[in-house]
Amino acid sequence: MADRKIIRARHFVEEALSESLAEVPVRANLPADSEGSGVLGRPLPRLDAREKIAGVARYTFDLRYPRMLHARILRSPYPHARVLSIDSARAEALPGVLAVIHHFNAPEIPWYEDSLLFDPHLRYAGDEVACLAAETEQQAGEALALIRVQYQELAFEIDPLRAAVEGSPVYHAHGRLSGGRVSRYRRGDPEAGFAAAELVVEGEFRTQVAVHNPEEPHCSVARWVGERLLVDDSTQAVYGVRECLAEALGLPESRVEVRSPYMGGGFGSKLEAGKHTVMAALLAGRTGRPVRIALDRREQNLCVGNRPDSVQQLKIGAGRDGVLTALSAVTHGSAGAYSASASCCWPLMTLYACENVEAAQHSVHTNAGRARPFRAPGHVQGTFALESLLDELAERLELDPLDLRIRNHAERDQVYRIPYTSKKLLEAYELGAERFGWRRLHRPAGSDTGALVRGVGLASQIWWGGGGPPAGATLKLNGDGSLRIQAGTQDLGTGTRTILAQTAAEVLELPLERIGVELGDTTSGPYCPLSGGSMTAPSVAPAVLDAARQLRSALLEAGSAIFERPEGDLSYGLGAVHLKEDPARCRTIGELLGELRENTLVRTGLRAANPEGRIVQSFGVQFAEVEVDTLTGRVRVLRIVAAHDIGRILNRRLLENQFEGGIMQGISYALHEERVMDEHTGRVLNPNLLDYSMATTFDLPEIEVLTVPHEDLEANSLGLKGCGEPPIIPTAAAVANAFYNATGLRIRSLPLSPDRVLHALSEG
Amino acid sequence: MSDTERRKLSRRSFIKATGTGLAGGGLLGALGAAPAQADRDSAAEDRGRLPLLEFEVNGRRRRLRVRPEWTLAEILRGELELTGTKLCCNRGQCGSCTVLLDDRAVYSCHMLALDAAGRRVTTVEGLSSGEELHPLQRSFLEHDGLQCGFCTPGQLMAARALLLERPDPTPEEFRRGLSGVLCRCSAYRKILDSTRAAAK
Repeated sequence: MADRKIIRARHFVEEALSESLAEVPVRANLPADSEGSGVLGRPLPRLDAREKIAGVARYTFDLRYPRMLHARILRSPYPHARVLSIDSARAEALPGVLAVIHHFNAPEIPWYEDSLLFDPHLRYAGDEVACLAAETEQQAGEALALIRVQYQELAFEIDPLRAAVEGSPVYHAHGRLSGGRVSRYRRGDPEAGFAAAELVVEGEFRTQVAVHNPEEPHCSVARWVGERLLVDDSTQAVYGVRECLAEALGLPESRVEVRSPYMGGGFGSKLEAGKHTVMAALLAGRTGRPVRIALDRREQNLCVGNRPDSVQQLKIGAGRDGVLTALSAVTHGSAGAYSASASCCWPLMTLYACENVEAAQHSVHTNAGRARPFRAPGHVQGTFALESLLDELAERLELDPLDLRIRNHAERDQVYRIPYTSKKLLEAYELGAERFGWRRLHRPAGSDTGALVRGVGLASQIWWGGGGPPAGATLKLNGDGSLRIQAGTQDLGTGTRTILAQTAAEVLELPLERIGVELGDTTSGPYCPLSGGSMTAPSVAPAVLDAARQLRSALLEAGSAIFERPEGDLSYGLGAVHLKEDPARCRTIGELLGELRENTLVRTGLRAANPEGRIVQSFGVQFAEVEVDTLTGRVRVLRIVAAHDIGRILNRRLLENQFEGGIMQGISYALHEERVMDEHTGRVLNPNLLDYSMATTFDLPEIEVLTVPHEDLEANSLGLKGCGEPPIIPTAAAVANAFYNATGLRIRSLPLSPDRVLHALSEG
Repeated sequence: MSDTERRKLSRRSFIKATGTGLAGGGLLGALGAAPAQADRDSAAEDRGRLPLLEFEVNGRRRRLRVRPEWTLAEILRGELELTGTKLCCNRGQCGSCTVLLDDRAVYSCHMLALDAAGRRVTTVEGLSSGEELHPLQRSFLEHDGLQCGFCTPGQLMAARALLLERPDPTPEEFRRGLSGVLCRCSAYRKILDSTRAAAK
């Protein structure tokens, strides 16, 4: 069609610049004068809440097919070893066991750059050794214990600092660092910047490994139906899984279909296809039966990703007035056994205005589970270090921490040197500070005496969240006035279904209960990007808007033909086309479609191109008040005020929920969570939900979520920015700064758990 | 109590509960759980020799043969196809599998099915009556007390148990009553709001 074109589209996917061809509309369909039923923005109940609350929503984990088998994986007990032999005869002889696959009998499928799906070279305790299918999960578990494996143990290293240097084991062709090199960044003249500084502060900051632990286990069911592979998968990317499965199994994509209608959380750990999914497909092929594989909680904690740790050497130079003259960072983080990014310097590079910046980031291979993106990858760690050290600078300069940040406000993107489509951070500062009472509450550090001391802190946030093409949605309007929306995206619990329905309802003025939304299915929905990086809403909702406007125009055209009047004489409203001069003369959707001799009117909408020469970024600030029990070391967050610039709000209640959840995850990270490994055995000591401690209702503070009211129509046709990651980014940093303000003691590592706090307090 | 002792105990109570009038055959057919049943049975196991569990689930009497090591969660999800009850950790640490046992919240993954003999079990499916949501469920709907929804059945059952025990909980009792079910999306604010609104 002439109104579309193929362009080279660029946008950020998590931290990486993604470039691909994308079909986009040539010009955006402009809103009609009368468009807008006012449903967009309203705090409507989430569309799929009913089936989830009634317990009838079927997640991948709940699916059962006739003759379905259950698969389990045998994993390496050693952090670094070579498989010499595998004897699975006894396991195969066990009643109920139908197939066992491993390195010596499975196809060689490449995985993670230079390794294999079943690689005889095991690089962490948890690496896949064999996989088997049995009639029941119990039989599968029993059979695992009967597989005899001869291992040759190898030297290992789990500490990222030690693993980065000569003498540590090397087990990838590209060397000790993921990507084979240090990720370096430099702008301006950092040496001169530090030389010109009137004050330099520096420090080493450390953060822990955190594990996603979504509620629904990683789970897939693979079935072969004739020549086609049908896969149900708990995933954040149905199209990504399809592509990966097709490639791994040497199938054309047309023969692979992936579904994920309901999914129980991912937070980044389900962005990529899992090895377990491919194994289930292989076993389904061998046995001719459906195969279900669900990882247990231990495997969740070992094998499907984590937020990498960090050791960050940070240095800030500034003038007496607080203006930053130079920033530098050297960071190390655990990529784990296979390639992954452990970088964390984007906030340092982009959050504040500074001409002279350098960063050297080491993503180090360690003999531990591989990192994966985890809600705002890198930003959570990086913001903690940067915002902590900025607070130290503010104190040395006797500046209010808020004023220091305002003084270094960036007017344009610091890395690409281009303007933002919009930036309302200063407004967010004002809004948040006012509501929080910052000017009143902020006192010199350690002002309180006694066992319980209180303090306040703040931290800012930057993130992408612009999304972009390619992304599409198909809208099918039926003669009965009902509408079906299909899109190859996913609803992870963020409310995607609901906001897409609201978008269509806004334009077509249909009641929400007439709108059905079908997501997470490659057989029906057009391509949409993975659900990560705060990209879903800003990528997919504009595509729905585009299709809805096309439908509205088509209805008006049909009305024009029927009434034999120019479209200007007609108006559309509440599911019917009216004659403006005589609104009683109208045709309903059903009548229009009847005349058209079509039972359904179908339009596919596309996400338009991002603006040239501008960058979409989201911003925000969070203020925290904490109470520290100096006798027990327990830190309680009393209050968080979050003020963010995320453009237009599509559903206030869903937005609030998303923010409150992100903030709670941030508190959990700041105070509780930590994967603990034993350096003598290279094993994780707390791969379960009791010893891996997470926040509960007891940790819930008062939370207020404020947004700067505006629409960023330069970013996209709806004027919104994604808000998946922004909520979690500044929380830990704000809490840490409030902890310092309460105690007068700077702890430069997370989590602020009672043992660490007590230790620090005793050291004074 | 060790697992063996518990199993013995529940076996005894089972015999007590089912000693009168065993209908014999046709029990398994009444369960309407054909696919799962077929899977489990295909191991050619003689189910007739397994202990019979008799209990009440969502107001309905249920009798079925179960392996002694099966947990309550396993038979709810597998045999009875009540997959509203979720398994997230399967070792009594997260609370997703929370159900009511005689009106008290229990972790169904952490309890042997046979220990439910003669007891009354309510799952999330039993909260609503037909299409009609329970007021607590309506409150979760109105106040958006969920995100991904996977822990939601557990949250609802914990909230139900709390309100059955304390119709008008204090703020501290709300927190304590709901602290046993993890929500990784961390929708705790809205879960508490939903429960609080239902108590009023």
